[in-house]
Amino acid sequence: MEREFEGPIVIMVPNGSLGAGANEEEMEYGAAQGAHVIATDAGSTDSGAAYLALGMSKNNRAAVKRDLTILMRVAAKARIPIVVGTSGQAGGDANLNWTRDIAVEIAKELGIQPKIACLYSEQSKEILKAKNAAGKIRPLAPMGPLDDTTIDDCAHIVAAMGPEPFVAALEAGADIVLGGRTTDTAAICCYALWKGAPLGPSWHAGKIGECGGQASVKDIDGRGILLRINKDSFDVEALNPVNRCTPHSVSAHMLYENSDPFMLVEPGGVLNVTNSHYEQINPRVTRVSGSVWEEKPYTMKLEGASAGQYQTVMLVGIQDPVVLNDLDAFEEKMTKVLYDRVRSTIGDAAGDFHISLRLYGWNGTSGDKVPAGTPAPRDVGVLFVATADTQDMATQIAKACNPIFFHMYMPGHDSHMPSYGFAFSPADIPRGQLYEFRLNHVVECDDPMELVRTEWVDLSVMEAA
Amino acid sequence: MTTVGEVCHYVRSKNAGPFWVTFDLFFKNKEAFDRYSRSPAIGPDTFKRLFGADPELVKSFPVESLEMVKISCVRPTPSGSRVERDLHSGQMFVRLLDIELD
Repeated sequence: MEREFEGPIVIMVPNGSLGAGANEEEMEYGAAQGAHVIATDAGSTDSGAAYLALGMSKNNRAAVKRDLTILMRVAAKARIPIVVGTSGQAGGDANLNWTRDIAVEIAKELGIQPKIACLYSEQSKEILKAKNAAGKIRPLAPMGPLDDTTIDDCAHIVAAMGPEPFVAALEAGADIVLGGRTTDTAAICCYALWKGAPLGPSWHAGKIGECGGQASVKDIDGRGILLRINKDSFDVEALNPVNRCTPHSVSAHMLYENSDPFMLVEPGGVLNVTNSHYEQINPRVTRVSGSVWEEKPYTMKLEGASAGQYQTVMLVGIQDPVVLNDLDAFEEKMTKVLYDRVRSTIGDAAGDFHISLRLYGWNGTSGDKVPAGTPAPRDVGVLFVATADTQDMATQIAKACNPIFFHMYMPGHDSHMPSYGFAFSPADIPRGQLYEFRLNHVVECDDPMELVRTEWVDLSVMEAA
Repeated sequence: MTTVGEVCHYVRSKNAGPFWVTFDLFFKNKEAFDRYSRSPAIGPDTFKRLFGADPELVKSFPVESLEMVKISCVRPTPSGSRVERDLHSGQMFVRLLDIELD
């Protein structure tokens, strides 16, 4: 018979994402509170597909190294493991290897020899095509069924792991577990699940802790959060002793970046917080009970990124009252004239091109018509964006448009040629490719480990050899 | 005329994955929540008009304990497409503020 869980399991989440800025004093506090593990995620899809397509981190290397150094120093001193989900922003193999190399570098600098487990969840296209052919891949709204061409179009495809590969790595003695793409929740709660903590509170704590201090009141710039998982509830405390967590700050975090406030679909189940109860048990700590884990067949969510067309941009600032007094007419006229200009100069060779103007200071962020009667701004920044099949063509389109973007007349200009305010020379700035997520599908798995590969970097062995 | 901006103390928008956007409308009090959280003015047709969202896929969840309503819809285009202006969907909420509720 399994021994009954007595708890608590104490999880320290240093901040919302590795590289965002960990606070060593907060972490010392967490360690002093008896944290069993340091858990953090290191990325998400939120900042776009470029990071998966390019195998590149959003955070800079020095910032990730700084945070990871603090984590490894605190963990080594407290003799507790570190768990990182979605390494290197996107969790592809290249993102993970980048993070692994930083960890190895830090270990050498700190003079420690951790056992590092790397969990790879990037997927082979052949395996996915076979899964698809076997009817094991299902679309999520708004996508339709998957075809092989879409799989081929992706530069990299990852499957979001659940906690099981992390549990296996911890069981095998890992000091540091670096995950490829992982659900944020799974990375935070895996240690608790390994120790037999109750499923509902563990998963719910994982969701509440995923963004670190975001679940606190944030009166101060607190970074981290401390989660204590008990027999049938969990407690949420801010890692900064002057910060606090309230039923409102904690329950409101369930809403964050989630389309449903009560249900969270995860690999192997759904977290249901419909009947969760939030209670202030002391001025700084909120207790959550009543969270339920509903087991479902095991699926992993797929994310695939493809590189698309290229863009070149130009920027002008305009304070000319003639333009500002009728910005809608200006935008309409310029868009038409620019399209005509490309057709008359480059012609069919421009291929599938697109031009857009964004009027910052007017409607740049939304692109919507502003309400009638909106007063003219003092200044508007016009961003020109040309999109084409190659970088060179996008730039050629920008160059063709340059004289008009610089000097286009409005009726009020009479005979005086306007000259708008360019910020740069050359005016055209190649921006690179567009990157798009192409998959919003789940793959059915026979086993949580089926699509995951584990590799070890055991520095103690390497040191000995 | 009462607008969303007048009856809410906080309105926000954010990506919920690359294909969805979610809006959180925190009402100023229970009375406002009871009166407006299920208003047709913040129903599927409005999200179709403002964001080109498929009305069939607009989901609305009143959360009584927080006196808020969460509304999720399909993003106008997937994040990062060639006409992208708001990668994280962080500014889309502004278009809701002037919606007239009654």
